Amino acid sequence: MNPHPEDELLRRQRERARLMAWLLGAFVILLFLITLAKIGINR
Amino acid sequence: MTSAAAESVHLADWRDLVALTKPRVMSLVVFTGLCGLLAAPVSIPFILGFTAILCIALGAGAAGALNQWYEHDLDAKMRRTANRPLPAKRMDRQTALHFGVGLSVFSVILMELATNYLAAILLAASILFYVLIYTVWLKRRTAQNIVIGGAAGAFPPLIGWVAATGSIDLLPVLLFAIIFLWTPPHFWALSLFVRSDYANANVPMLPVVAGIRNTRSQILVYSVILVVSAMAPFALGLTGLIYGISAAVLNTIFLILAAAVWANTSEDVSGMKPERRLFAFSILYLFGLFAAVVVDRWVTL
Repeated sequence: MNPHPEDELLRRQRERARLMAWLLGAFVILLFLITLAKIGINR
Repeated sequence: MTSAAAESVHLADWRDLVALTKPRVMSLVVFTGLCGLLAAPVSIPFILGFTAILCIALGAGAAGALNQWYEHDLDAKMRRTANRPLPAKRMDRQTALHFGVGLSVFSVILMELATNYLAAILLAASILFYVLIYTVWLKRRTAQNIVIGGAAGAFPPLIGWVAATGSIDLLPVLLFAIIFLWTPPHFWALSLFVRSDYANANVPMLPVVAGIRNTRSQILVYSVILVVSAMAPFALGLTGLIYGISAAVLNTIFLILAAAVWANTSEDVSGMKPERRLFAFSILYLFGLFAAVVVDRWVTL
């Protein structure tokens, strides 16, 4: 068992926050590219 | 224990959230969805096609998460599933529920934004079918759970096709039927050599309820119907010679293996090599058949 559960909690929080930031960034780029593709189709 | 320490028990590791989506099952879903998209007679921009497949994968992952949320008690009783995040108590149920519902809604909305309403509705229907009809209603009540529930896994090629074309045609409906009819022999072969797991968990899988002999006969019957339906796209002129030859070869092997299962008399798991062989080949069969549909669409003989 982990002798320092607070450290483990912080590690998990940090990992999840970092992953969430990457995913949100990727989502913004994806929406931008979808918008460009949709504009291209409708032209 | 401090409050933070107590909370650490419930803060799931992101790897467990990924495990909740059943990534291995997702690979077949993504592949068949991609084949449906690529077999369609019209092409869409790469990024829209990519997003459609991403949404199919996320929708399947969401359905898997909700399935594990509902079946946490069942999973704890079976060796095969006991180490999943919920039965292993690495995650609390509420996290799984929020994750599954959130991912479902996100995948459906994104599908509509990137492609069309019909594809989004079909994606929503496939998630709801898997969670409500199969997981909640059928799985613990009837030995036909796999037969009817198989429809949930049959949606991806149809969704892929509709994402590209915006309409439903005969070929994607036949692709739907192939996966629908493939599911019973595939899962019954598996359930024969892990039947003690299902029996311990009180899941009414066919070998548990109707016996081993009956299950083997049913596997052969469904295999015959499957190979007929798998030849239909070629027989109806919807695909060419590449698919026709591939399907004939794959069907022949499938039937031979299904006949070997039918002829097997062993009741002991150690004597169930034919069942293991059919289960392993059935995965290859589906990959091969759907790959043939795509190759046939893009390569002219």
